[in-house]
Amino acid sequence: MMASAATYTPIATNTIGTSTATVTFSSIPGTYTDLILVTSGTVAGTGENGNSIILNGDTGSNYSVTNLYGVNGSTTGSNRQSSQTFMQIGRTSTSSQSISTVHFMNYSNTTTYKTAIARANDLPYFVMATAGLWRSTSAITSIAISNLNGNFNTGATFTLYGVLAA
Amino acid sequence: MILPGILASGISGHLGGNYYSIATQTLGSATSTITFSSIPSTYTHLQLRGIWQNTTSGNGYAAMTFNGVTTGNLYSGHVLGGNGSSAFANTADGQSANLFFVGSSAQTSSMMTAGIIDILDYANTNKNKTVKILYGYDTNGGTYTQEIGLASGLFMSTNAISSLTLSLTQGTNFAQYSSFALYGVK
Repeated sequence: MMASAATYTPIATNTIGTSTATVTFSSIPGTYTDLILVTSGTVAGTGENGNSIILNGDTGSNYSVTNLYGVNGSTTGSNRQSSQTFMQIGRTSTSSQSISTVHFMNYSNTTTYKTAIARANDLPYFVMATAGLWRSTSAITSIAISNLNGNFNTGATFTLYGVLAA
Repeated sequence: MILPGILASGISGHLGGNYYSIATQTLGSATSTITFSSIPSTYTHLQLRGIWQNTTSGNGYAAMTFNGVTTGNLYSGHVLGGNGSSAFANTADGQSANLFFVGSSAQTSSMMTAGIIDILDYANTNKNKTVKILYGYDTNGGTYTQEIGLASGLFMSTNAISSLTLSLTQGTNFAQYSSFALYGVK
């Protein structure tokens, strides 16, 4: 079994220079197998810190998620959302740097709906894993990332990687 | 630099020249068994990424075996999961295979389970082998339950892993369009 050349490639990176509501990666090529979105930073405001993602500009009720979470080192649970107008996946905290990694699997096939799996580390008190579904067979060509709480603060980073299978 | 894409599974690595595609299998028709063989021992870790579903009318589990070993009850696993209403944990020791979740195509042929399976230090002949899995499947509240989970598995063998085989515990097939890609991490 022969291996290919190195195949884990950064497609684009955005470190925001000012408070920003939405960061968008557009014109994503369909030449990879999976996409991996890594977000790191903080947001303004208080309250809910979930990131919301819209794919290909689709604001229809085509998104759903299932979550597993732990809070404050003492509470575990699972919840879910159906028929949402965005995919609530990943988190960004108001108080300390948060990291989320979202894997969009087989994002460019035009046969299946798109499943994403993610880990979110929303310090100081929240850890989460999420399965997300976008009920569309379209290839993903753009990803818009916002936060339900407020703008991303200056210095937040967003990086999109492509993984290419043999 | 940490390799962010597999932070979820805890592997640290490097971008660029240290992550390699080894082989991919995408099913053109329903298939009962998927095997990656002749895996070179030149990497430090393996990562199996994919989407999959079964062809039965219910969710279930797949069995992953290494080096063709199905005797001796050398596999065990633990999972921390969520089903949309509560968290749960399960364990299965002394098994004939490592198990991982498979969503049902009876929900709709378009909804796939996604997963990332890390096989750590797979070529080390001084250690038993540990597997880590992040998997998930959402149905938009459909008939067949959704699940998100973090799992670990143990293969009690110090042999280097040179092949892995996937099958279904229900004895049925992986559905068409299921796709698995195997990578090596230096």
